[in-house]
Amino acid sequence: MAVFWNRHKENFMHGVFLGAACVSILAVALICIFLFGSGIPAIAQIGPFKFLLGTTWKPNNNLYGILPMIVGSIYVTAGAIITGVPIGFLTAVFLAKFCPKSIYRFFKPMIDLLAGIPSVVYGFFGMVVMVPFVRNGFGGKGSSILTASLLLGIMILPTIISVSESAIRAVPESYYEGSLALGATHERSVFAAMLPAAKSGIMAGIILGVGRAIGETMAVIMVAGNQPRITNDILKGIRTLTANIVMEMGYATDLHREALIATGVVLFVFILIINLLFSIVKARGERS
Amino acid sequence: MTERLKSYRRTPGSFLLFLLVSLSAVLTAAILIFLVGYVLVKGVPYLSADLFAWEYTSDNCSVVPAMINTLLMTVISLLIAVPFGIFAAVYLVEYARKGNKLVRVIRITAETLTGIPSIVYGLFGMLFFVTALKWKYSLLAGACTLSIMILPVILRTTEEALLAVPNSFREGSFGLGVGKLRTVFRIVLPSAVPGILSGVILATGRIVGETAALIYTAGSVAKLPGSLFDSTRTLAVHMYVLSGEGLHTNQAYATAVVLLILVIIMNLISSGLAKKVSKA
Repeated sequence: MAVFWNRHKENFMHGVFLGAACVSILAVALICIFLFGSGIPAIAQIGPFKFLLGTTWKPNNNLYGILPMIVGSIYVTAGAIITGVPIGFLTAVFLAKFCPKSIYRFFKPMIDLLAGIPSVVYGFFGMVVMVPFVRNGFGGKGSSILTASLLLGIMILPTIISVSESAIRAVPESYYEGSLALGATHERSVFAAMLPAAKSGIMAGIILGVGRAIGETMAVIMVAGNQPRITNDILKGIRTLTANIVMEMGYATDLHREALIATGVVLFVFILIINLLFSIVKARGERS
Repeated sequence: MTERLKSYRRTPGSFLLFLLVSLSAVLTAAILIFLVGYVLVKGVPYLSADLFAWEYTSDNCSVVPAMINTLLMTVISLLIAVPFGIFAAVYLVEYARKGNKLVRVIRITAETLTGIPSIVYGLFGMLFFVTALKWKYSLLAGACTLSIMILPVILRTTEEALLAVPNSFREGSFGLGVGKLRTVFRIVLPSAVPGILSGVILATGRIVGETAALIYTAGSVAKLPGSLFDSTRTLAVHMYVLSGEGLHTNQAYATAVVLLILVIIMNLISSGLAKKVSKA
């Protein structure tokens, strides 16, 4: 046995390593099979158009239209981009080109901490601070599209900052120096010479942020109000795809339950599209 | 400094950009400080002895069972995910040939796993571990779900750590007539330990903070589990339940403090280790 082991252990362990590497393939395959396998029959039973474009979600009356939730997810994500991207992007510029070393030593770990704070804590903070703030400052009930957008905007900050920062740092220093030599100011050199070169990296960071915002669940549930309706009033509550799943899965049965899984399928497809966009943008950045 | 400000007089556009950039940075810092400070100031006064009672009741809202459950959940998830993650990274860095088709597929799937939101993991865990394998809401179902979620984190950080090991180490080992397998286990992996550890701690942080993937896989029973197949409630889920009830806001603040402190400690260790790697 020992002799056999000694002779074959190299090949055997090679196989073990290969097997471990294939686990991620297996995991993605299983996730696809189980999600699509349970969700697609439900969509077929409800009818794809009624499901995706139906505007009423009333499981008690057998009405399963998830358009309000799709719109809700898009609204809060768009809101998060409007609030989070400019601040995150400019903070990344600060970190990469303006920040003195002594401040950077504290600033960088702070961004990492911002990324590490659990989403329930964000949600709780939103519930006890931001909801009353919006209620008193802007009116309405407080749990609204606006609140969710602001909170998500904060939550995607670390993603956007760290990806954009490394994109800016990857730009050759000679771009900056050349611009300075032509008499441009520090700011102008950074914004006009370096940022265009870092464009695709920054774009990739924003797409990653979008992915985080659309998939965020717990924090959104705690501040968005969760009414399944289509509204254009940013002070009114709304329900996202993620919230729909968590809120009703606990007691749902039969078709209702399958419709919730189908909601997850729609979310999953959104995420796959965003991932695809991300890798295309990233690949383009690496090529140039 | 005054000279610099003077030079801005001729370039108001640059000055505006400078202001915008500085303002954003200050705003980002202010948001973080306010968030952490607010939770700490409001929560620390409620860190009472009651909160750390051994048994959970709806009066004391003790966090102790939830903390122990979180620890169990973390250990089991890591036990499953870490070997797979490390071995997979060893394959990608040490064994796979460049341009291998399989490697590309592995990378694409690992990247896909990174992007999947936790609620989708939760749904999958519910469909696969809870329903198809009939494990019910259990510690094991939750841990398995989480281990898939953290697999790409461990894979990526280990890969980076292995790539940072200088090739001369391997060549030296091969030159002494040592086989590939022994080189990997005796030379390459030990030098990559700090990097791997920082990845493990990053993953621990994700497990500790996870809620959406656990609600429908591990359930929310606030007791210590008797076996792997009992339902449990981790600290983050506990926090969600408390804040949802609306009756125990003070205890929710205190639980948030406990969670935040755990996360801050984890971050400090992880960045300390990462610094060690970059120095080496």
